[in-house]
Amino acid sequence: MIAQILPLADFTAPKIEYGELAPLLVVFGAACVGVVAEAFLPRPLRHMVQLAITAVSVIVAGVLTAMLMSEKKELIAAQGAISVDGPALFTWIILLALTLISVLLFAERSVDGGLSAFAGQAAAVPGSEAEREGTAAKVEHTEVFPLTLFAVGGMMLFASANDLLVLFVALEVFSLPLYLLCGLARRRRLISQEAAMKYFLLGAFASAFLLFGIALLYGYAGTMSLGGISDVLASDTGGEALLLAGTGLLGVGLLFKVGAVPFHSWTPDVYQGAPTPVTGFMAACTKIAAFIGLMRVFYVALGGSRWDWAPMMWIVAILTMVVGSIVAITQTDVKRMLAYSSIAHAGFLLTAFVGVAQAANGVHNGITSTQAVLFYLVSYGFPTIGAFAVVTLVRDAGGEATHLSRWAGLGKKSPLLAGIFAFFLLSFAGIPLTAGFTGKWAVFSAAWTGGAWPLVVVAVLSSLVAAFFYIRVIVLMFFSDLPADSPDVALPGWQTTSAVALGLAATVVLGLVPGPVLDLAARAGEFIR
Amino acid sequence: MNIGWLTLLLLLPFVGAIATMLVPKAKALLSKQVALGFSLVTLVLAAVIAIGYQQNGAADYAESHTWIEAFGAHYALGLDGVGVVLVVLTALLTPIVIVASWNDAQNGRWSEKSFFAWILGLEALSIGVFAATDVFLFYVLFEATLIPMYFLIGGFGGAQRSYAAVKFLLYSLLGGLLMLASVVGLYVLSARAGDPSYLLSDLVKLDISQNTERWLFLGFFFAFAVKAPMVPFHTWLPDAAAEATPGTSVLLVGILDKIGTFGMIRFCLGLFPNASEWATPVVLVLALISVLYGALVAIGQTDIKRLIAYTSISHFGFIVMGIFALTSQGLTGSTLYMFNHGLSTAALFLVAGYLISRRGSARIADYGGVEKVAPVLAGTFLFAGLSSLALPGLSPFISEFMVLAGTFSRHKVLAVIAVVGIVLAALYILIMYQRLMTGPVRDGIDKLKDLNVREVAAIAPLAVLIIGLGIFPKPVVDIIKPAVESTMQRVGVTDKAPEIPVTEGQK
Repeated sequence: MIAQILPLADFTAPKIEYGELAPLLVVFGAACVGVVAEAFLPRPLRHMVQLAITAVSVIVAGVLTAMLMSEKKELIAAQGAISVDGPALFTWIILLALTLISVLLFAERSVDGGLSAFAGQAAAVPGSEAEREGTAAKVEHTEVFPLTLFAVGGMMLFASANDLLVLFVALEVFSLPLYLLCGLARRRRLISQEAAMKYFLLGAFASAFLLFGIALLYGYAGTMSLGGISDVLASDTGGEALLLAGTGLLGVGLLFKVGAVPFHSWTPDVYQGAPTPVTGFMAACTKIAAFIGLMRVFYVALGGSRWDWAPMMWIVAILTMVVGSIVAITQTDVKRMLAYSSIAHAGFLLTAFVGVAQAANGVHNGITSTQAVLFYLVSYGFPTIGAFAVVTLVRDAGGEATHLSRWAGLGKKSPLLAGIFAFFLLSFAGIPLTAGFTGKWAVFSAAWTGGAWPLVVVAVLSSLVAAFFYIRVIVLMFFSDLPADSPDVALPGWQTTSAVALGLAATVVLGLVPGPVLDLAARAGEFIR
Repeated sequence: MNIGWLTLLLLLPFVGAIATMLVPKAKALLSKQVALGFSLVTLVLAAVIAIGYQQNGAADYAESHTWIEAFGAHYALGLDGVGVVLVVLTALLTPIVIVASWNDAQNGRWSEKSFFAWILGLEALSIGVFAATDVFLFYVLFEATLIPMYFLIGGFGGAQRSYAAVKFLLYSLLGGLLMLASVVGLYVLSARAGDPSYLLSDLVKLDISQNTERWLFLGFFFAFAVKAPMVPFHTWLPDAAAEATPGTSVLLVGILDKIGTFGMIRFCLGLFPNASEWATPVVLVLALISVLYGALVAIGQTDIKRLIAYTSISHFGFIVMGIFALTSQGLTGSTLYMFNHGLSTAALFLVAGYLISRRGSARIADYGGVEKVAPVLAGTFLFAGLSSLALPGLSPFISEFMVLAGTFSRHKVLAVIAVVGIVLAALYILIMYQRLMTGPVRDGIDKLKDLNVREVAAIAPLAVLIIGLGIFPKPVVDIIKPAVESTMQRVGVTDKAPEIPVTEGQK
């Protein structure tokens, strides 16, 4: 009787490949444990425990991912929702590595008088009595750690989403914690809260675009899965208007997260307002996840309509490179300058993406777009976090001294710090023997291999403009005299020191012997469907 | 036997640079002695390699190791005649510059030792550039040379040094980045043909379509034209040379700019022979303009160092003309010219630097009658000037003659016009000498000290070589010749038979 009403017999449990999804599950599980710990642990213990949970789970997830990579397992997991393929695993590894470095920065307490970079009580009104009391009692927001875990879990899921709905859910999972993290700065709280608000509103707007695009694509293909859309495209059942509109709207949502022009306007404000460790985390990790998500959707699902979206992406790539590098020249704030530099980098990445150098496009020898982009993301991520870590150290009474004029003569005050920052800048500028150069070379050759050589010419010219503003900072640091009221260089704790050192080491190694990482990126192969 | 001679030669100055930096700040003298010591050992090693090259050929010095497999990049070093000459020039000028600049870095932005460490770093990278036989490695080192030079100009020059350093860097980067586009293009072609490889020996086998070859050629040529520098991409040089210390200027004009003309021979002619031939008319006209414009503007200069910088632009015009005349005489002459120009300009810059450091001004109008007060200084200046204007009997004369003769056999009109450059050279040098050294003794000049032993010691080797090679250039020409012949073969041109051949009886 009951069986007739509820068709229980037809129900089959979804097959979940727990082994392959273990890294994701570890990260999400640890995030939930973190939330529980936050609720039940006494305040003095929280920082220690949260840091331990975060670091251990990230490391465990990293080890699991590495094991999956060495097994070379590639499959579509969780009933077609998640694709655990080479690029996804590679992305997971770099996301986890960069998260570990970022978490170190989050945990840093010695640069600002024994307090972390985050507000003691986010709910306390800025400048109020409650805030002062909290600061005096050294109250901390340790929620940042579980929030970070949720964010990185979302990013990992985003980079491996094989279904448009999963893509959307993952986007929200990693965006919401980031909105929160942006608003948690201890110093300059108003600008931080403003940044969070802007990021949230614009992000929600972009999410809406993305969702609308997904809906239209569903209308076109009748399926949400990337492979399914690709099949429908191949058999071409008509309904071009839905396809084009859906592609466009989906593109808007994804390009927003990548920070491509003309959807970039949130970047400088958010980068400037957010606590600097969070900015570093966002600049490196969000870009990585968003870019891989973008590539997966456009290569796997929409590869068949390449000639429809390629012209749009060409224009976006050119705009992103040109606007990013030119507007960066006028910036007077280090964090804003790095924000525009990240926009320009997104443009360089787009050249490889638009080139579509892959076997499906008739390219069988030499570097592929996926390989180039994966490598570039590594070579960009490490110096980025390192550079933002350096920014946290240049301080005056009001917190970080981010105005560029305050950096004048820094080379005299602290040659080591200024030298390291200069090295990161040289890497961003793509000077040979740094990671940035190898990365640039990789994306440019992928673009050209796919036939997009005009983009390469635009890219090298933009690189020149970009080099100008990086070098301007070096000139400022080394060739200017030290003003009397120059900011101090805080003595970093082991956390920041190791973050900078790791960034520096990666920048040097990837510049001198990029071979192993390039091979690893090549082994990652192509997106599967 | 190959024990990585070139790697050793490259590492030696690097180690020297690090050793110099490790000397404590207080012991400035010791750091300079360390730097000088390393540069001298490098010179000896370079000489040993050059002699070995002449006796045993290039095979003993070739090295090749895979560097980045995915890019097809190799750590590959090797020598040809042109490379040997420029490696020796680099190894020769570095100790001379160190001796001549002994006290020039005292008022720099940073410690004295860093000046000498940067010089050694530059030497290492330059040697690498001249020895690289892999395009990727060449490009990397080519761009990397900018960093030491940038800090040498920006850290130790005159009042406008920051501006000059940035201008230098941006011009060079513009050229370098366009070359990067071409380098990437080469990779794509090489990958399409099979396994990607940046080795010169693999790249010459590539079959490049006409249009592609021309575009790639332009990317390379532009970078080298900025570097050389040729009119109209030359404006960074006078600023950089005027603001830098004389020693830095010598390295800049004597070594770094040679990378431009060296690259034209090795990469433009070597990799894109058909495109090079296609571009010949335009390049030759640009070269001619460089010769005349550089010389004319030099005459009008009021600043000694700027004047010398413009003379170099004129000289580089000659070098480029000889290269693109595509005759064996022109090419040999140009290569020899690179070496001789290094010697004569080094002498001229250094003596001018002695003079300027004594008076504290680079304005020509501030001088007069120096030869009465400091005859040795005036004499060496005249000697350096005469070598720069290619006086017969001094080494630059031979190379200039070969360039003009080589050009004449193919492009008569151009060569005839270019000869005017020689007359203009006499003008700019002699007018400068007249204003600076002759006439009544000016205020501020009367207490000028003459050259001391250290200063003479720095110039002496240059003078010996200028005279020696002026009388007997055969050793250098013998080294250059085979390389030139192989380049000519690659381009597929042969010398025109003379219209009136020399018969046995006339010989």
